[in-house]
Amino acid sequence: METFTGKIWTLGDDIDTDIIIPTEYLALPTVDDMKQYAFSPLRPELAAQIGDGDIIVAGKNFGCGSSREQAPEIIKHLNVRCVIAKSFARIFFRNAINNGLLLIEQPDLYDEVKEGDQIEVVLGEAIRAGGKTYPIHPLPKNLLEILEAGGLVKAMQKRNGLIK
Amino acid sequence: MGMTLGEKIIARAAGVPEVKPGDIHTVDLDYMMSNDGTTHLTIDMFHNQVKTPRIADPKKLVFIIDHNIPAENPKTAAAHKKMREFAKEHDIDFYEGKGVCHQIMYENYVKAGQLIMGADSHTCSYGALGAFGTGIGCTDFLYAMVTGKSWVLVPETLRFELTGEFKEGVYPRDLILTIIRDIGANGANYKIMEFAGEGEHRLSVNDRFVLCNLAVEAGAKTGICEPDEKVVEFTKAHGRDAGDLFTSDPDAKFLKVYHYDLSKIEPVVARPDFVDTAVPAGEIGEVKIDEAFLGSCNNGRIDELRVAADILKGRTVHPDVRFLIAPASNAVYLQAMREGLIDIFMESGAMVMNANCSVCWGSCQGVIGAGEVLISTGTRNFKGRAGHKDSKVYLGSAATVTASAIAGKIITADRL
Repeated sequence: METFTGKIWTLGDDIDTDIIIPTEYLALPTVDDMKQYAFSPLRPELAAQIGDGDIIVAGKNFGCGSSREQAPEIIKHLNVRCVIAKSFARIFFRNAINNGLLLIEQPDLYDEVKEGDQIEVVLGEAIRAGGKTYPIHPLPKNLLEILEAGGLVKAMQKRNGLIK
Repeated sequence: MGMTLGEKIIARAAGVPEVKPGDIHTVDLDYMMSNDGTTHLTIDMFHNQVKTPRIADPKKLVFIIDHNIPAENPKTAAAHKKMREFAKEHDIDFYEGKGVCHQIMYENYVKAGQLIMGADSHTCSYGALGAFGTGIGCTDFLYAMVTGKSWVLVPETLRFELTGEFKEGVYPRDLILTIIRDIGANGANYKIMEFAGEGEHRLSVNDRFVLCNLAVEAGAKTGICEPDEKVVEFTKAHGRDAGDLFTSDPDAKFLKVYHYDLSKIEPVVARPDFVDTAVPAGEIGEVKIDEAFLGSCNNGRIDELRVAADILKGRTVHPDVRFLIAPASNAVYLQAMREGLIDIFMESGAMVMNANCSVCWGSCQGVIGAGEVLISTGTRNFKGRAGHKDSKVYLGSAATVTASAIAGKIITADRL
């Protein structure tokens, strides 16, 4: 099973899509232009601090609010390895998988780690942090297919040659 | 095993006799709606990533410019041009400057029993007419546009059994803000919120829209009101048949049943920065406001404009407050003009905007600055939702918003 480690950044409950990418920046031409503003209403310095392969750990209802797909895209473009939260809002969840951004639901981890900790993720099995093991569930098969292909568009390409 | 109203709609769209929560089904969509929030991105993906670009059925697509209309800068103008030309080229129904997308869909398309996906989170509004509407992102929209299909994980259903009648000065918006406070911003995450009971049937379809529209603010996949004769009357008046009026079977399984007596609901105000923070409006304390907004897909219909006009008549907007009013559609706007409501608004000092998302979207009109306070009938009050990150948004009913615009501070209409 695929395993990776990463440094974590912690965010709270109900991190909404307007926090992830405020409306005023949606008109910028590309997601790369937008990504410096990720999470800016809450933590304007955060986007510049997040490094390749880092992990975001949050509380409940991550991604609530708008259907704007720039929200998961921007996190993906910051090269965040995955987002682990107590729960995710449903439109964000779908959009993230469709863009190949890995999301993991884990109810206890957030309350027991602190920002800067290194954690280890064994996909579909468990997260290891501070000497403890936190179980995680694998995604349903159809979602895993999309995620593994790198997003819905690429999955369509694999499945039926519909896509370039 | 009986099915809920929402499950029946999914079964119909999947072409199967029965579905149950947790099943994943491929479904045929009745309509796909996309607005200027993201359509330009979908069009780019359509051109750049689809091998043989085609649209499964253009008659099922509706494109609506409502978020930044009229365009406020050259980037928006370019995105609109792309959308306009694409709609023309592919013979897609196209609206521009006619109103908020969900109101346009409600007036012109939605039928009971339909499954509709829209590239906007408030697509859940279509439950007002007994349809299953749900929001998706632009990649899901692209897939739906090209194939005519999508997939759904069948959600569990929460039933809200409504009894009684609202007291004077209390509105459906007070009820839904109360429900969201009670169950929390993720209290219905990935669930269907079904509204039924004699209290629901007493509500007009416009009132039902207010309830279903905010279902997503509790995380729901959709909100659906049990359809009845009022749906038939509404769709008939708008020149179409009502569709399939599904209702939940007596032995349908609900994850939970909640009971709300409408006569016990009080006016509430949700505080910054979350929708699930409602408190009784009388307990909000001294909150001075800089701006008030009446409009949005949640609360810009003729009912709310009438409530506002009743309160505003013979009064003036507080000199320190900008009061912006945006009817939800041109049909609503015209009706308001015929009834003389627009005269009352203008004579009171309010600004009447074109029919669009306006202040609720926080980008086109009435953006608020650092430290400013807004009370709004919009859909959300997230941090920075209406402008600067250090501004504050309170949510209340049309009556509370209008009374506050007059008083210069948050107040209920009975205390003016």
